[in-house]
Amino acid sequence: MVSKPHGMKLVNRVVAGKRREALLREAQELPKIVVNYSLAADLENIAHGVYSPLEGFMIQEDYLHVLYDMRLSNDVPWTIPIILDVDPEEISGIKEGDEVAIRYGDHLMAIMNVEEIYGWDKLEYVKQVYKTDDRGHPGVAKTIKKKELLLGGRIDLIDHVHSRFEKYTLWPIETRLLFKERGWKTIVGFQTRNVPHLGHEYVQKAALTFVDGLFINPLIGWKKPGDFKDEVIVEAYEALLRHYYPRDSVVFAVLAMEMRYAGPREAIHHAIVRKNFGCTHFIVGRDHAGVGNFYGPYEAWEIFREFPDLGITPFFIRESFYCKKCGGMVNAKICPHGEDSRIRISGTQLREMIKRGEKPLKEVMRPEVAEAVLRFKEPFIK
Amino acid sequence: MVAEELREREARGRYTTVSIPITLYRRIKELIKDTGFTSVSQFVIYILREVISSMEEEKLRGESISEEEKKRIIDRLKKLGYL
Repeated sequence: MVSKPHGMKLVNRVVAGKRREALLREAQELPKIVVNYSLAADLENIAHGVYSPLEGFMIQEDYLHVLYDMRLSNDVPWTIPIILDVDPEEISGIKEGDEVAIRYGDHLMAIMNVEEIYGWDKLEYVKQVYKTDDRGHPGVAKTIKKKELLLGGRIDLIDHVHSRFEKYTLWPIETRLLFKERGWKTIVGFQTRNVPHLGHEYVQKAALTFVDGLFINPLIGWKKPGDFKDEVIVEAYEALLRHYYPRDSVVFAVLAMEMRYAGPREAIHHAIVRKNFGCTHFIVGRDHAGVGNFYGPYEAWEIFREFPDLGITPFFIRESFYCKKCGGMVNAKICPHGEDSRIRISGTQLREMIKRGEKPLKEVMRPEVAEAVLRFKEPFIK
Repeated sequence: MVAEELREREARGRYTTVSIPITLYRRIKELIKDTGFTSVSQFVIYILREVISSMEEEKLRGESISEEEKKRIIDRLKKLGYL
């Protein structure tokens, strides 16, 4: 059986039919708020149940519980605040209880019932969520630039942002049915923001050995400069899946959601989201959602101990490497050979090689994947 | 969690008190020695959350979607090549 939705309720705040038509008319008369791509993606994720049980942007009570206790006010685990930031002048004349139209550019997306307008302490936010206030942390830098007030309240989604990856966009109600139709009872989710190298393939296939299906779910959307562009990740995975994965055991779909680089807290968030897609298991690797040296290599494993009620089982998989004597990808637990036999995969070195237009060793990256990546003149975000 | 911190959080309104038999308290205190649990309260919270979440899961019946919605989703999944 696929996993139960988080908070036991798969949220659906997408309006259709006559109600949608009525809201479209109503929206013309409402004050508007314009959001960026990341918030537009959050809107869609709330409405489609990716963030179940959230039905809107957080009100203050939930926000504070998440910040300090890593739980919603009803005790359901939740580690990353889902918030809508606005400038005071943007909402002049808007008061609690009002409805506002939310737009992405000129595009009307949703109507929000403003339940609460409240201030927030950004410094306290970053200390709790990122465990640092160092502006060198990309999540901290981004948070500090956010606007001064937060709006909390339920939303109704009227329309979507056009996705560049429509054929790879699936929502929880769809994946849950898809997994059932395929007869999968156990599904492991894999979160990524990278092009796949052999280490990723190793952990995915190691996990897949023990379950019915693998759900590969890269993040699309805001990432820090130096990360791979969305289209590069998608094309690299297309190449890998085409040549090296059994079609019947794998589902590949993208998720529009910004990376926070919040390490352990974000690992829990990533697991919750995949639980809503129907996953029963979730792969947590070394330094999951980490950046630089802000988090310990296995901090993201430790935090799972605090959530006996998470409802999704983590697969903790060690760092892997290629061993020349073993003749394949292995990890320190199963390989008896010394460091001189091991080819370790360094993400930094891999990026440097790709920047220089060099093809990585076949012991590091599948040639078909390397070719897909190297077809891009500018594979990295600037 | 140390008692002082617990009291502080209670004062801020995020904790409340429940009673358990003193014998049970002693038994738990003995049990959690040399484990990752630093207090009886921490252990009780952990166990309660574990038990409650599994009870909630059992209580939740299968998700229901209409036949029409199911057909629409299956058609889309087929069109995209997932089925």
